[in-house]
Amino acid sequence: MRLGLVIDLDVCVGCHACAIACKEWNASGTIGPLSDYQPYGAEPSGVWFNRIRHFEMDEYPNNKTVNFPMSCMHCEDADCVTVCPTGASYKRAEDGIVLIDQDKCMGCNYCSWACPYGARELDRSSGTMKKCTLCIDRIYDEQLPVEERQPSCVLTCPAHARMFGDFDDPDSAVSRTVRERGGYPLMPELNYNPTNTYLPIRRKPVIEVETKPKGGLKESIKQFANRLVRR
Amino acid sequence: MHPAFSVIFFTVASGAGFGLISLLFIADFFKLGGGFSDDQLVAGGLIALGLIAFGLLSSTFHLANPKNAWRAFSRFRTSWLSREGVFAIVFMPLALIYVGSIMFGAPEWLRVGFGFLTAVLAWITVFSTGMIYACLKTIRQWNTPLVPANYLALGYASGSLLLLLGAVFAGLETTPYIAMSALIVSIAAVLKAIYYFWIRSPGLTPTINTATGLTRAKIKLLDTGHTHGTFLTQEFGFQIARQKASVLKVVVFVVGFAVPGLMLVSVFNQNGGHAAAIVAVVAGILGAAVERWLFFAEARHVVNLYHGAQRC
Repeated sequence: MRLGLVIDLDVCVGCHACAIACKEWNASGTIGPLSDYQPYGAEPSGVWFNRIRHFEMDEYPNNKTVNFPMSCMHCEDADCVTVCPTGASYKRAEDGIVLIDQDKCMGCNYCSWACPYGARELDRSSGTMKKCTLCIDRIYDEQLPVEERQPSCVLTCPAHARMFGDFDDPDSAVSRTVRERGGYPLMPELNYNPTNTYLPIRRKPVIEVETKPKGGLKESIKQFANRLVRR
Repeated sequence: MHPAFSVIFFTVASGAGFGLISLLFIADFFKLGGGFSDDQLVAGGLIALGLIAFGLLSSTFHLANPKNAWRAFSRFRTSWLSREGVFAIVFMPLALIYVGSIMFGAPEWLRVGFGFLTAVLAWITVFSTGMIYACLKTIRQWNTPLVPANYLALGYASGSLLLLLGAVFAGLETTPYIAMSALIVSIAAVLKAIYYFWIRSPGLTPTINTATGLTRAKIKLLDTGHTHGTFLTQEFGFQIARQKASVLKVVVFVVGFAVPGLMLVSVFNQNGGHAAAIVAVVAGILGAAVERWLFFAEARHVVNLYHGAQRC
């Protein structure tokens, strides 16, 4: 099994609900708490597993905002695991999830240097590195109804921009969607082979923006008069 | 990258220590310039071990959870950081036996054998320190064989200047020590120059386009999604102005290489030998510290592409 996420950039509305749901679930999850520093102060900061950035593609009038959620990609060739000197970082053989053993981590930050996606964040209160667990404490919880055995971010997304599944199974929903929509990995040139896949923006016809026709002398005088009256 | 002073101090101090003890063995074996007395060799060896131990201790200050530091010896097969720790720990008893065999007048084969092993382990440990940085694909300025080469050259340059200082104070014939220092310092200068030229070129690096996969148009960051800094911006967001970096590079070459070079000439001509040797050591180590700071400050991690950088 190779579990991971598909993120649909065409659908994501950038509401940050996935990040909030992630924080809510994982603050009391296996790797929690996720410390906050000055949550109500002047410089609020803290540990998050999921962050949403916003990019602008192209320039006016062809510009488009792209909302970009990012969490751990659960890479096939995860350098963060290779470089870890203590053996705290590991990748599970059975489902490919990359985890950090909080009892072994010494907080040297080296794994975060090796990660190109910024998936790992140091918790200053516990002194250990923390990251997305793919909600390992949800997806295998047999107390939950089957349809709820999914990562928190996927369940909460109001736009259904996120999917969870097994990329090793060619007939799984994620594999089919990636095939049909041309899903792609981020920074493939670094050869980390990330599992998480992004679906590109659909190409839509450009909406014509008509320029306002000029009104001539009469119209100009009318507009001038209107402006005077308004003053 | 954020330049952490504990790591800068560690790499400069332990590099100089490893360099000093390796070259001390060479000076001992070949009896350079008449050869140090046994007491002087022991003193030099202990100074080197002190620098190394002090450096290793300081490196644990940047750990957020040092109580687990002992586990860092467990992943020798994959992690360069683990390898460095293991080699440093293997080095220590070998070096102590070498220094001890000088102190207690052990048979020659024991002294030479352990001296040789000490020198080899010192070399391997400094190489591992360089590889910690050189193996990261995420930082182009580090991902080059020049990095371990630079670490070795600068460590041995500092060590050779320290050894020369010892030779001057011990009243030995200084010419072989001056020659050795001149050779190593000039190799270090050339390697550093190649490195600085190399990182100036743009290179085949990830861009904001490959980082987002949006390759059909220009991309720019609108919003990072957080109001204040995060771990990522604190650790990787550090930027140095190009002009400041250029000035510091001149400082590295003047203080780290040119001043020690001039002092070597001055020692050779026997004007103010003691003072010149001291200035050479101080300048060499100061230059190495500036170089190390710049090494971190100039490194651009690819995660900056998600925080506004167009390329790294």
